[in-house]
Amino acid sequence: MTLDHDHSHDHPEMSELTDMQVRVRSLETVLTEKGYVDPAALDAIVEAYETRIGPHNGARVVARAWSDPAFRAALLEDATAAVNAMGNVSPVGSHLIAVKNTPARHNMVVCTLCSCYPWEVLGLPPTWYKSAPYRSRAVIEPRKVLAEFGVALPGETEIRVWDSTAETRFLVIPMRPAGAEGWSEDRLAALVTRNSMVGTGLALRPEDAA
Amino acid sequence: MTNSIHDMGGMHGFGPVEQEPDEPVFHTEWESRVYAMNRAMGPLRLWTIDEGRASQETLPPSVYVSASYYQRWLLGLERRVLQHGIAGADELVAGKSMRAGGRPNRIFAPEDAKGLTRGNYERDAPAPPRFRAGDRVRTRNINPETHTRLPRYARDKPGEVEAVRGCHVFPDSVATGAGEDPQWLYTVVFSGRTLWGEDCDPSVRVSIEAFEPYLAPA
Repeated sequence: MTLDHDHSHDHPEMSELTDMQVRVRSLETVLTEKGYVDPAALDAIVEAYETRIGPHNGARVVARAWSDPAFRAALLEDATAAVNAMGNVSPVGSHLIAVKNTPARHNMVVCTLCSCYPWEVLGLPPTWYKSAPYRSRAVIEPRKVLAEFGVALPGETEIRVWDSTAETRFLVIPMRPAGAEGWSEDRLAALVTRNSMVGTGLALRPEDAA
Repeated sequence: MTNSIHDMGGMHGFGPVEQEPDEPVFHTEWESRVYAMNRAMGPLRLWTIDEGRASQETLPPSVYVSASYYQRWLLGLERRVLQHGIAGADELVAGKSMRAGGRPNRIFAPEDAKGLTRGNYERDAPAPPRFRAGDRVRTRNINPETHTRLPRYARDKPGEVEAVRGCHVFPDSVATGAGEDPQWLYTVVFSGRTLWGEDCDPSVRVSIEAFEPYLAPA
């Protein structure tokens, strides 16, 4: 099977479909007819990833960790159990690990071998996370990569890169910005960007939040 | 295979990391269908997550780098469907089932999407862990032609065990059909200079998740 194989040219009714659409539709039809997939279940999976599963879940986790020292301790001890006990975020199946940023250490997550990502709390990864530039460079020149994301950290701050080479998954707890004292968890969650939970960004400052 | 193009850590030449503002979850409908088919077929246990990874890693390197992310997922799924005899190449080309075959007893149902979570790969330990947090270790210099999760940049390097993560399905074994062979998993941390030499920023440290067979005492 190669990428350029094409079986649509003899079918005028398919002329508006791209090769990839045709090829994917063929596979889905075959798997459906053979009883391996239910198209309604595929619809439900897509809908889940486009709505319920996304970085808003991770933002709630971080906001709680900023607000509740006992929860923060539980999260750092066993993130899977702590997140599942929250009740207002999507469930986590297994082995989520929370790592906290401090003035002395900035954490950043990559998967050099494929695209491992804590999708239960952050949703599916953005294209840049899955791209060759990020996968190749994050482990050898993380400060240059951070600079491309607009992040400049003091030279003495340790940059700790986590390569997700197994079934453990990492959620970065960014530092809480100054100026948001007394904020509710809902307001704090609006400061927590997806990139800040991957380690390619920082939490928004209150004055920069929409 | 192990020493292939997917093992990208430390490579040069791919250019800057480019972000897409307001990126959608899926860019096209076919991407969403490819992802959903993979997600729906995973729980059928026809193959393991590492066999899935291996089916992409063994694509020709030129295909791997020129295909988009979801094109690779499609190519990997097509390969597994063919290798497991679920459908024939003629059927994929025709876009319809042309032969009767065995059907799975239970498939992913719409209501299963309500609680989508990752699988659990932790297993009972056959033996106590060999290493503890703080132990000095050296990664092994292995170059298997089959699937492994020890990246090239972290082979034959001294590091320190930072945490013991439990006992997990061993990818190198399960991807070749040799069984789960559970192994202890550790977070092992290296200095950037150990991995990349004296030119590396001294503030950089990199960790991998290393299975016990990847490690020797140091």
